[in-house]
Amino acid sequence: MNKNKNIANLGDPLPVLPGHVSQGRFERVLRAGHFAVTTEIAPPDSSDPNEVLIRAQLFDGYVDAINATDGSGANCHMSSLAVCAILTRFGYSPIIQMSCRDRNRIAIQGDVLGAAALGVCNVLSLTGDDVSVGDHPSAKPVFDLDSVSLLNTIKIMRDESRFLSGRPLDCSPNLFLGSTINPFVPPVQNRVDQLAKKIKAGAQYIQSQYCFDLDLLKSFMKRAVDEGLTKNCFMLIGVGILASARSARWLRDNVPGVHIPDAVINRLEGAKDQKAEARNICAEIMQKIKEIEGVSGIHIMAYKQEKHVADVVKQSGVLEGRKPWTPQRIENEVKEKI
Amino acid sequence: MYQVRLWSARHSCALERIYNIINPAVLVFLRATTKIFGRRLDKPITLVERTVKQFFFDCQMCGDCVLSKTGMSCPMNCPKTIRNGPCGGVRADGMCEVEPQMRCVWVEAWDGAKRMKSGDNIKQTLLMFDHRNKGKSSWLKVARDE
Ligand code: SF4
Repeated sequence: MNKNKNIANLGDPLPVLPGHVSQGRFERVLRAGHFAVTTEIAPPDSSDPNEVLIRAQLFDGYVDAINATDGSGANCHMSSLAVCAILTRFGYSPIIQMSCRDRNRIAIQGDVLGAAALGVCNVLSLTGDDVSVGDHPSAKPVFDLDSVSLLNTIKIMRDESRFLSGRPLDCSPNLFLGSTINPFVPPVQNRVDQLAKKIKAGAQYIQSQYCFDLDLLKSFMKRAVDEGLTKNCFMLIGVGILASARSARWLRDNVPGVHIPDAVINRLEGAKDQKAEARNICAEIMQKIKEIEGVSGIHIMAYKQEKHVADVVKQSGVLEGRKPWTPQRIENEVKEKI
Repeated sequence: MYQVRLWSARHSCALERIYNIINPAVLVFLRATTKIFGRRLDKPITLVERTVKQFFFDCQMCGDCVLSKTGMSCPMNCPKTIRNGPCGGVRADGMCEVEPQMRCVWVEAWDGAKRMKSGDNIKQTLLMFDHRNKGKSSWLKVARDE
């Protein structure tokens, strides 16, 4: 009994600092001007909460927030809301991904309130992959909203304390609002315009798609900075840890929106130890991204490579010795349970 | 028709000009018919709208037409019906992630908007549409200020 109470307290929200919207650590790190690192958890195909904690622990001390993906690739997994609820109970700082594929505006607004009630402080709005690419291609795609109108919806709930229908909320959700951008695929010229649209709709931070092409990123960021967009929005650039040249090719050909230049694949192919080289590539890209004006952090997507995230962060040195807060106090307790 | 739809987005400038010329006349006509016939002519008017817009834009009759804000490329042809696109999955050659044989509706839209005088309207956030209007006439909705 006592133990549980202790654990529950770890996830208690922090006071909202001036100029902040949420009660979470992630927003504090960014607003304090630190270079942030985030990563993501692939929710388990399981009803065992320990599987979530085992995955989260891999990142202890190296990331500021953990995204819980929402049926990514249109495949069925534990819900992002549940993953986040487990994580907040243990003091982690999760980012709940909300995709528009599976729920209409009624369900989504309910989940927004539910997430805030469970101590989630950050939300990432996505349109979502189409059902046809996942393991249930016969499902009905919903797409009642899209990523921009979803941002707008949550912003209305937070800032105007009401549902879309106008019905007032008794307590509004204090959520730090984010969305995604993919500067690496057409229409490349208009991706900055789209970023502007997302910021207008409420995005306060962005986590981008995989960046393997620094030139494209630089020209995108330059325009974003010139248009003043990075003043109102923190840009976290996505990076990936590849497994091998073969899997990089597979990723490029089969996962929508992934752009990997041939030079990267050739370099991997030529390496003796492809796995180690992939980590080198990732760390190098991270270092270079950190130097680009307007960038506030890195988002590491390491599907099935989660155990290497900490190493890559260490190797890249982007944290400059800073140690992101981790729920140290419960470490032993979780291990006991495992 | 797919080919005509592509043609329309690529000739968004001309279509915008035609729209600007005939739109006031169409609205006057629709208001007059509403005054005289009430809602009795809604069906044939909707049929005309459907036929014309289906031919030029593969219109899906969402009932909340935004063509003038989307470079004359109908967003309801996007498999995800995104109203503020595109998504992050567009293929390197500009084709749709879900239907590789189709140009991404939103690549066409941003391209079409570039050619339009009021092309900057594409930068406005389009909110989710009212599903109750599906199948109804957008023209009549505008004419009647509904
Ligand atoms: S690629 Fe374009 S048309 Fe296809 S789903 Fe994405 S936004 Fe819609």
